[in-house]
Amino acid sequence: MNEILSFVAENRQMLYIILLSIFVGVEIIGNVPTVLHTPLMSGANAIHGVVIVGAIIVMLNCEIENTAGLVLGFLAVILGTLNVVGGFVVTDRMLEMFKKKK
Amino acid sequence: MLNPILEIIYLVASLTFIIGLKMMGNPKTARNGNLIGAAGMTLAIFGTIFLYKDLSQVTTLVLGLIFAGIAIGTIVGWMTAKKVQMTKMPELVSLFNGMGGACAALIGLIEFHHNTGNGFGPMLCIIIGLIIGSVSFSGSIIAFLKLNGTMNKAIRLPSYNMLNNIILLITLGFGGYMLMNPLAIDGGVYILFAISLAYGVFFTIPIGGADMPVVISLLNSFTGLAAATGGFLYANQAMQTGGILVGSAGTLLTLVMCKAMNRPLSNVIFGAFGGSNAVAAERDGVAGSIKDISVSDLAVLMNYSKKVVIVPGYGLAVAQAQHVIHELENILEERGVSVKYAIHPVAGRMPGHMNVLLAEANVSYDKLVEMEEINGEFATTDVVLVVGANDVVNPAAKNDPASPIYGMPILEVENASHIVVNKRSMNAGYAGIENELFYNPKTSMLFGDAKSVLTKLVTELKTM
Repeated sequence: MNEILSFVAENRQMLYIILLSIFVGVEIIGNVPTVLHTPLMSGANAIHGVVIVGAIIVMLNCEIENTAGLVLGFLAVILGTLNVVGGFVVTDRMLEMFKKKK
Repeated sequence: MLNPILEIIYLVASLTFIIGLKMMGNPKTARNGNLIGAAGMTLAIFGTIFLYKDLSQVTTLVLGLIFAGIAIGTIVGWMTAKKVQMTKMPELVSLFNGMGGACAALIGLIEFHHNTGNGFGPMLCIIIGLIIGSVSFSGSIIAFLKLNGTMNKAIRLPSYNMLNNIILLITLGFGGYMLMNPLAIDGGVYILFAISLAYGVFFTIPIGGADMPVVISLLNSFTGLAAATGGFLYANQAMQTGGILVGSAGTLLTLVMCKAMNRPLSNVIFGAFGGSNAVAAERDGVAGSIKDISVSDLAVLMNYSKKVVIVPGYGLAVAQAQHVIHELENILEERGVSVKYAIHPVAGRMPGHMNVLLAEANVSYDKLVEMEEINGEFATTDVVLVVGANDVVNPAAKNDPASPIYGMPILEVENASHIVVNKRSMNAGYAGIENELFYNPKTSMLFGDAKSVLTKLVTELKTM
């Protein structure tokens, strides 16, 4: 019990961020017209591509002798980039329909 | 500890994610929202490369690999996303989602050995990120294959629910064990990786094609969570915000999509349409006969109507007939016939699928009418032309409690004066069931590929 309490106390800010982010996420999706469900899903897909930042950090921290780490890290960077670039471009194409009219 | 400029960059990036996603919820600002998110992401990426660490400590090799990786990913990602047909968009979303999941899983794999001595917190992030990322990866690939048509039938092993739950328990159990005793098993982390991948496959494989959009949305939020765990591991604000945002927004979006189909999420994941392992109630075969109509008859019918409603479905996408249908709309409108499109929330293979398809053909946005609104208009409609849609106009959803689609709101086309259904054959639609609409006395069938039928129709109308 004590461990939990001290964990909460020490990581207060992180817990605030988590809770607030959850609320923001929920708020954003309220009142979205059905026609935007798929582009929104695609946009969210692109945003979680931020995981590539983690891949870059892994590479930056990788020792040069660690070949396995370098190879996997390189692969992770490619995959993360695919998520980001592919995600934003697909979303943009889906949203093209809103270009001319409104 | 971290470069203050980089901290600001991450803050700005987080803001762009939130603002961008918010803007994507509104048709007017959606496109800009996407661009803003992209800008923030680019900032975060290059900020990390140049400011995370003192560059003098980074070898040229590593820097080169990073840029090479980004270059490869950008080229392949851009080309794939740009070139592919609009109808393939849903599976692309799934594919790229899988890539993100794989990235998160790999990060977990690599960081595992660096962190075995670092205590509970980091190891927890790594294990959770590894499991969720892997499940999301393999699940997304399966979803991609199913939407692609490569994997057509829902593979349902006997008692698959039980099987899936057992595998889930094994995955979580092993993960927990690894958490407590990281070094106990040689290569244990790779075993966990494999088990998680397997679960992703087992999780997605039994789910029917029509439910894929919901599953993709769920897997989308999983990848967000995986990204968030990476954020906690590195105390990286951009990853945390982006990850949690997508995790929660994605989850809510999944629930909203389920509501539009009038099926609870548990139903989608654990059951076939409307039931557990029970086979859909066999019907004795719908009584009655079907009527044919010829293209020229239909042309006459439509030409002298006042109001026509078109119901597009997946068949329209498959036949790539969206441009022809726009031509049809134009000709009829020229003759003084009012034409509208009735869009069912799950017509096609994804919410918004029909909208995207028709927009590609330059159909005006205000011609597309949502289900609730158009249902009130069918009574005053002269002709309803159903093109490649089936389950969304099946009255069994209202009338037959034993039907797998019972409870799903449908387009009430039977209220119109004439209903014409264009299909390739009498084969069942996605839900695999009979459609009594076809036997309705007011209904006529027009068999043939949508594109050729519609082209003939347009030609006929032009001669009148």
